[in-house]
Amino acid sequence: MSLMNNLSTSMISSSSSTFFAPTSFNSRTQSVSVPLKSINIVKCVATPQEQQNAYKTKVSRNANIAKLQAGYLFPEVARRRAAHLLKYPNAQVISLGIGDTTEPIPDVITSAMAKRSHALSTLEGYSGYGAEQGEKALRAALASTFYRNLGIEDDDIFVSDGAKCDISRLQVVFGSNVTMAVQDPSYPAYVDSSVIMGQTGQFQKDVEKYGNIEYMRCTPENGFFPDLSKVARTDIIFFCSPNNPTGAAATREQLTRLVKFAKDNGSIIVYDSAYAMYMSDDNPRSIFEIPGAKEVAIETASFSKYAGFTGVRLGWTVIPKQLLFSDGFPVAKDFNRIVCTCFNGASNIAQAGGLACLSSEGLEAMQEVIGFYKENTKIIVETFNSLGFKVYGGKNAPYVWVHFPGRSSWDVFSEILEKTHIVTTPGSGFGPGGEGFIRVSAFGHRENVLEACRRFKQLYN
Amino acid sequence: MYYSQFLSRVCMPHAVLLQPKESWNSSKSNDEIIVGHCTKVPRNSNLEKLRSGYLFPEISRHESEHLQKNPDASLIRLGIGDTTQPIPDTITLAMAEQVRGLSTIQGYRGYGAEQGNMALRKAIAGKFYQDMGIKANEIFVSDGAQCDISRLQMLLGSNVTVAVQDPSFPAYIDSSVVVGQAGELEEETGKYGNIIYMNCGPENDFFPDLSTIPRTDIIFLCSPNNPTGHAASWQQLKQLVEFAEANGSIIVHDSAYAAYIRDGSPRSIFAIPGAKEVAIEISSFSKFAGFTGVRLGWTVVPEELLYSNGFPVIKDFNRIVCTCFNGASNIAQAGGLACLSTDGYHDLCKVIDYYMENAKILVDGFTSLGWKVYGGKNAPYIWVHFPGMSSWNVFAEILKKTNIVTVPRRGFGPAGEEYIRVSAFGQRQNILEAIRRLNSFL
Repeated sequence: MSLMNNLSTSMISSSSSTFFAPTSFNSRTQSVSVPLKSINIVKCVATPQEQQNAYKTKVSRNANIAKLQAGYLFPEVARRRAAHLLKYPNAQVISLGIGDTTEPIPDVITSAMAKRSHALSTLEGYSGYGAEQGEKALRAALASTFYRNLGIEDDDIFVSDGAKCDISRLQVVFGSNVTMAVQDPSYPAYVDSSVIMGQTGQFQKDVEKYGNIEYMRCTPENGFFPDLSKVARTDIIFFCSPNNPTGAAATREQLTRLVKFAKDNGSIIVYDSAYAMYMSDDNPRSIFEIPGAKEVAIETASFSKYAGFTGVRLGWTVIPKQLLFSDGFPVAKDFNRIVCTCFNGASNIAQAGGLACLSSEGLEAMQEVIGFYKENTKIIVETFNSLGFKVYGGKNAPYVWVHFPGRSSWDVFSEILEKTHIVTTPGSGFGPGGEGFIRVSAFGHRENVLEACRRFKQLYN
Repeated sequence: MYYSQFLSRVCMPHAVLLQPKESWNSSKSNDEIIVGHCTKVPRNSNLEKLRSGYLFPEISRHESEHLQKNPDASLIRLGIGDTTQPIPDTITLAMAEQVRGLSTIQGYRGYGAEQGNMALRKAIAGKFYQDMGIKANEIFVSDGAQCDISRLQMLLGSNVTVAVQDPSFPAYIDSSVVVGQAGELEEETGKYGNIIYMNCGPENDFFPDLSTIPRTDIIFLCSPNNPTGHAASWQQLKQLVEFAEANGSIIVHDSAYAAYIRDGSPRSIFAIPGAKEVAIEISSFSKFAGFTGVRLGWTVVPEELLYSNGFPVIKDFNRIVCTCFNGASNIAQAGGLACLSTDGYHDLCKVIDYYMENAKILVDGFTSLGWKVYGGKNAPYIWVHFPGMSSWNVFAEILKKTNIVTVPRRGFGPAGEEYIRVSAFGQRQNILEAIRRLNSFL
């Protein structure tokens, strides 16, 4: 059996994988003791020799995509996991890498989705195309659940098939002629989508950064909030809080400064609030809690980590009417055009589930599952603390950010995988600012998390 | 599909007075000038090139306006091609079962493979691409063809040239404009400078005369065609493949209506030898399974399809799918698998038959009124000719006089008038009623 060979002509950074994820890989199973359910091995595509004789079109490869250094981070992690399982077929691999939810979805939510499914088989219950912006009832429920008293209206909310997809749709709205800033480290979709859109220059190997992106370093020293006095003006600022991967949650004071920074610079903040419900501290859950934010910010969010909808696919983006381009044109109008042209609405069944999530019973049920993952996080934090590591995050997010000073994060990742059969995520996958850190995700069955912690203790004692 | 009306704003401190931008504000709302903060972020100039809203929300808007003026009107919607018949039980049962499984430990599924569930990919390969050498790993499951078209455009980038049929499904042109391929809009003709429009009409059997078409990197072709209903013959597709080969172009073949073919025309571009080296195929469960709201489709990118530098297109598409997408809903995918089961497929064919019976009624109805009618034989769309007339005017007349919604030809491309698309999706009684009304009106 052989994995698909890497045929890319793009440069491979030393800190990233030297292989590309096979296209047919179902790499996201999550149970411990069951071996990978279906390793679909792709036979080798033409070797470089054969390729020379193979028919080629005259269509040039998109130079922007060629700038990308390796596969997207999480399929890379999955590929390493799969390779590990090939090497140790009986290993009880525990996945604390990809932030994939593991606990069943509460009944109140699935019964609503089942009901909607059955209804599609009836004349009265059948519905075809839905509004691309989402079903009215769901938009209204989102507004009243998350944005009550914040002046966000139902029609400011666009329902989607998830935040990752929304990030790319936002990039399509912005186009290639805008500059962007990201936290460093940050969720890789912001940078990768920016590269694809043509907003960036080439990857600079020495600093591990793409040209034209402003990387806002977030470290323990600055409390994981960028020193805005050192940040150059960009058109767009991506900001995620509670943060993936560091787990840091920005305070009201910090977000007020961020909003002022954006206002002074005429920038737009894209605020990723996918983990807001994991907040323990009394920090803002929405950027719109900050006065003035409606004129400078967009907020994306997701049901993935709240309702276990990682596979069901549902999220939303808020674009206030007050958010304007430099010529006064409302951003929401262009986003609406993109949503109508490049998208066709989230699945109606998923939306029925979303509505049930926001009923009082649904909210309670979600809080319970979130509480369960938070308890996992606590266990992981305590473990690493007890082993003498400097540990960050974990309080307001389901991620634990562990410092391994002076070490390459891919090396630590490999060592942990090799010696304990635990999958984590190397910090450098989130940007050069993540080097020297490992992200441990707290999604998992309790017994797996406990077992993982036992193994960590064994390795690092 | 109803978008809210927006207010124009004057920015402080520039106090730029906006020219009334009727071109982008296609809804007839009043432009109120309100003082507010403008960011310094420039609007994407590509989006400025779009002259109106996307076609189908525009049709919806006209519907709503008509209903506002005529609240008692009994509207018959033969405009937007929206399926109306319930989804067969076999399929919704499978989805409900998947859903219930999500509440159990054994049945719970988190993130799926971005490329789709392997069982579904295999089923699609087996059902639609048997003997064509298309493998499961060349199939990417999605949330629908409209989304895939845009993902393909992101893949291809702004530096490629594009040819589309005229008329064609508006997403090809609109997505091309959005991504920056299309060049400037020529206001008089309504054409974009960099797009090649391949005229399709009765004079060329609704297939482009390739001898008159200059080379472009990408050629969008939809067969059976939306809106004309024409299903390209084997010979026509072979010509197209040869044309693409000779020019080093990539065909994006939209086969969303393949299930409606009745006359043995090819259902996939990959039925043509050599197509794997020059074509991508997109398709959808929307019209095949009534999944317009459930959201499921797929794109085939053969491993043999290479860029000019030899790099496989499939690798980059995979990268787009992994970065800009997160997989189709696992519930929709469970439904998709059931659609391709023997029972599911059999039940779906009955629904397709129902719509095609509607199409026949519409074809016969218009024909008996003396109108030249095309399509309706291999696709759920009837293409009716109104010689010498503006298509938006015909649309408006029909709506006003008979409360029937259709789609004007002008919405599908700049180069023509004189045609109306009538969709055959609908309840039988509405189709029959539509014909009755047209009889008295026309």
